Amino acid sequence: MAFPTLALALSLVAVVMRMTRSSMLEVLEQDYIQTARAKGAAEPTVVLRHALKNALIPVVTVVGVQFGYLLGGSVVVEQIFGLPGLGFMLLNAIYQRDYPVVQGAVVFVALFFILVNLVVDLVYGVLDPRIRYGSA
Amino acid sequence: MSTAGAALVVAFVVLAVLASVVAPHAPEDPVGQRLTAPQRAYPLGTDEFGRDILSRLIFGSRISLWVGVVAVAIGLVGGASVGLVSGYVGGRLDMFLMRVVDVMFSIPPIILAITLTGVLGPGLTNATVAIGLVYLPTFARVARGPVLAVVGREYVEAARAAGGGATRVLSLHVLPNVMAPLIVQTTLALSTAILAEATLSFLGLGIQPPEPSWGTMLGTGRKYMELAPWVAIFPGAAVMLLVLGFNLLGDGLRDVLDPRLRP
Repeated sequence: MAFPTLALALSLVAVVMRMTRSSMLEVLEQDYIQTARAKGAAEPTVVLRHALKNALIPVVTVVGVQFGYLLGGSVVVEQIFGLPGLGFMLLNAIYQRDYPVVQGAVVFVALFFILVNLVVDLVYGVLDPRIRYGSA
Repeated sequence: MSTAGAALVVAFVVLAVLASVVAPHAPEDPVGQRLTAPQRAYPLGTDEFGRDILSRLIFGSRISLWVGVVAVAIGLVGGASVGLVSGYVGGRLDMFLMRVVDVMFSIPPIILAITLTGVLGPGLTNATVAIGLVYLPTFARVARGPVLAVVGREYVEAARAAGGGATRVLSLHVLPNVMAPLIVQTTLALSTAILAEATLSFLGLGIQPPEPSWGTMLGTGRKYMELAPWVAIFPGAAVMLLVLGFNLLGDGLRDVLDPRLRP
């Protein structure tokens, strides 16, 4: 499982890295970073606790969206490594014109994708307590 | 960097246009021994049927670019029309169209393309249509946002008051505001569309042999990876270079046309 996972993860690494970089650059220019430095916080604390935590929100969004691409990419990776996964099943069902299985697999993947996006929305609230859902 | 991207894209377009002049051999005929290593007569080697890989790659650029351009055109024209009308008319129609878009968004893009080609049947036209349909909701969303921002402006109201019909107001007064994000989205979509074509062909759902598609070459070349790695490596490198070209170009255009997103 190591190589398939690595093959999928590598493309994600690049995307997350670039998003984190641009997000960090933006956050590091905010006034509260200067405040944190002025009150004498150590540099690692400033970068990790004050900057990174605020910079993570767009990163989490991107990871959520990328998850969809990973599900697509795993179809290819499963094919290459011969793994009997969901993508493998979907593809075989298409080759065999087994439409009920195709429908089931696609609906399941969509449901999973929606769930991931729900989790992403909930993570926003953890990262930034100002974001609250429900009757406020 | 964006100049390098543009140069890469232009180089591939020139290769595709001049394919029959530039390619040393015919792309679908065996011209030598099977699986010969790269040498002077076959600069990138030959594949499992003795066909010249360089020639197949050059002719394959036609297919990749054609599928990319046509699929993105389908997505752009269809999506932008939906987005423009949806944002302009508003109300229930907007509500309905955006929910349809939401549903299409809930299926991961490659999975949607695989399913659509699975249902339509494999082949060049069907793969192109399937990839185009996958891009439709993205373009609809990208177009709708700026429309909502300008639809209440005085100049749009003035154009309406002057007796301009919906078509006239949309094309002359609303569309120019939507152009910049649409152009950026188009170049970025081109790169993913080419990847999508390669993925579909790799899985055997796209272009069918013996046509020289990069994805098909990758998919069949994979079996000979240990014996003759050049059969799979060069098509992979071609896909990578073209996608890189469109990505660099798209990033550059985004920096110029959409300064808010500058990294």
